[in-house]
Amino acid sequence: MRMKYVVLAGLAMLAASAMAIAGPNPTGGTVSGKVTYEGTPAKMKPIDMSKEPSCAKMYSTPPLAETVVTGSGNSLENVVVYVSAGAPDDTAPSTAAVFTQKGCRYIPHLLVFQVNQEIKIQNEDQTSHNIHPLPKLNREWNKSQPPGTPPISEKYDKAEIFPVKCNVHPWMHGTFAVLKNSHFAVTGDGGAFSLANLPPGKYTITAWHESYGDQSQEVTISGSETKTVNFVFKAKPY
Amino acid sequence: MGKLLAVVLVIIAVLSAYPIVSHMFVLPEDISTHGHAIDEQLNETMLEAGISFVGAQLVLAFFVWSFTGRKEGSPLKNFPGGAKVMVIGAFLLVGTEILALGVMGQKAWASVYFTPAKPDDIQIQAQAEQFAFYFRYPGPDGKFGALHPDKIDEGNQNYFGLDPANDVDARDDIVSGELVVPVNREVHLMMHAKDVGHSFYVRELRIQQDFVPGLDLSVHFTATKIGKYEIVCTQLCGLGHYNMKAYLNVMSQADYDKWLKDQAGQ
Repeated sequence: MRMKYVVLAGLAMLAASAMAIAGPNPTGGTVSGKVTYEGTPAKMKPIDMSKEPSCAKMYSTPPLAETVVTGSGNSLENVVVYVSAGAPDDTAPSTAAVFTQKGCRYIPHLLVFQVNQEIKIQNEDQTSHNIHPLPKLNREWNKSQPPGTPPISEKYDKAEIFPVKCNVHPWMHGTFAVLKNSHFAVTGDGGAFSLANLPPGKYTITAWHESYGDQSQEVTISGSETKTVNFVFKAKPY
Repeated sequence: MGKLLAVVLVIIAVLSAYPIVSHMFVLPEDISTHGHAIDEQLNETMLEAGISFVGAQLVLAFFVWSFTGRKEGSPLKNFPGGAKVMVIGAFLLVGTEILALGVMGQKAWASVYFTPAKPDDIQIQAQAEQFAFYFRYPGPDGKFGALHPDKIDEGNQNYFGLDPANDVDARDDIVSGELVVPVNREVHLMMHAKDVGHSFYVRELRIQQDFVPGLDLSVHFTATKIGKYEIVCTQLCGLGHYNMKAYLNVMSQADYDKWLKDQAGQ
């Protein structure tokens, strides 16, 4: 008879310690959705790289400009979706975000990273580049990078989204999005995004596109549910 | 010692003249209707300057040889007429030479740069910026759209600042990184600088014209041979000046029309 109580007590202790190790529910809520456009987007023109033959020869057909990239189902790519209010600031991760100059283009076109996170800029081309990010709040700088030189290491201490250009090649264009917390996603083909691990609270979710501007919506998370938030941008033909 | 100097002077003069006389360095091929006049000017200048140079060195060597080792106290001989005659002689000689080159130069330069383009020329707009050249064609409607510097958006490839949303003329304008022209047709290149000074230079065309910020300048030329030629920037314009170039693509009239049609379709 006493054995039963001992076993029960033992099981209870195990359960309690198991919960103590696991901590409170780890997944939190999720905000997910899709970013699409309505209307007719501008037709992207092929990039003329004739002034830089070492890059031009890397393409069998000239690549298109990436200011508006659309995907299946009227989806809009290269949109950064992030929590602009309601979440505390996060410390920057120790891994660096990598920005590559290859074929005289920036890869990825939109690089999202956190305040004080290291970014590594590398040059994989046979020609020199001179990367020139254009922030308004952060310190503005530009750096030359001949081929075969080590990556440039930099970081930004203020949250801001700003364009990046190359001083030597006028068609090279990208964006840096420096964010305060780790809740962000960049849309690809299909326009889907998912922001997970959100503790209960009221959040402002912002979607930003380099040509169509930004939109924000508020969402409240109470537990571990998934809330759907969709964004629709107005496309312009010019 | 003096006689050795005289010999060395002669050797240097001859060695300097040899590469020119033997045509060791040939001018790049001339693909322009006015290139011949410029080449003639260059050759005439080299001839006159060359003869004067070799002649002067030989006369110098002669005097060094003749009068070196002069015994002290021996009488000095003066050039008849003295310094005055020599100075007047120099004036006349050099003056005639320069005047001749100037008169000939008019044919080579002023007749090209100071004459207006022919009425049936092809109008192409050229913009020089740090660090690329871009060229604009009016497109099928034959009209250039207005330029709005505040609308310049390089990431979107709007280098000229066109506003196709509001300017109907700008909608079909063709912007290219290559200067494509048909052979044997006069091209009127209207040039402006977006930022600092640049220069347009195609050596085979024998054309060089600066882009001066704030000025709308132009050159006109007729290319006579099909091919691809380099346009280089020849005015120091910043850290990318060494890399600033474009290509002049001279095509047959048929290929040029096809190229225009392809560009318009994009």
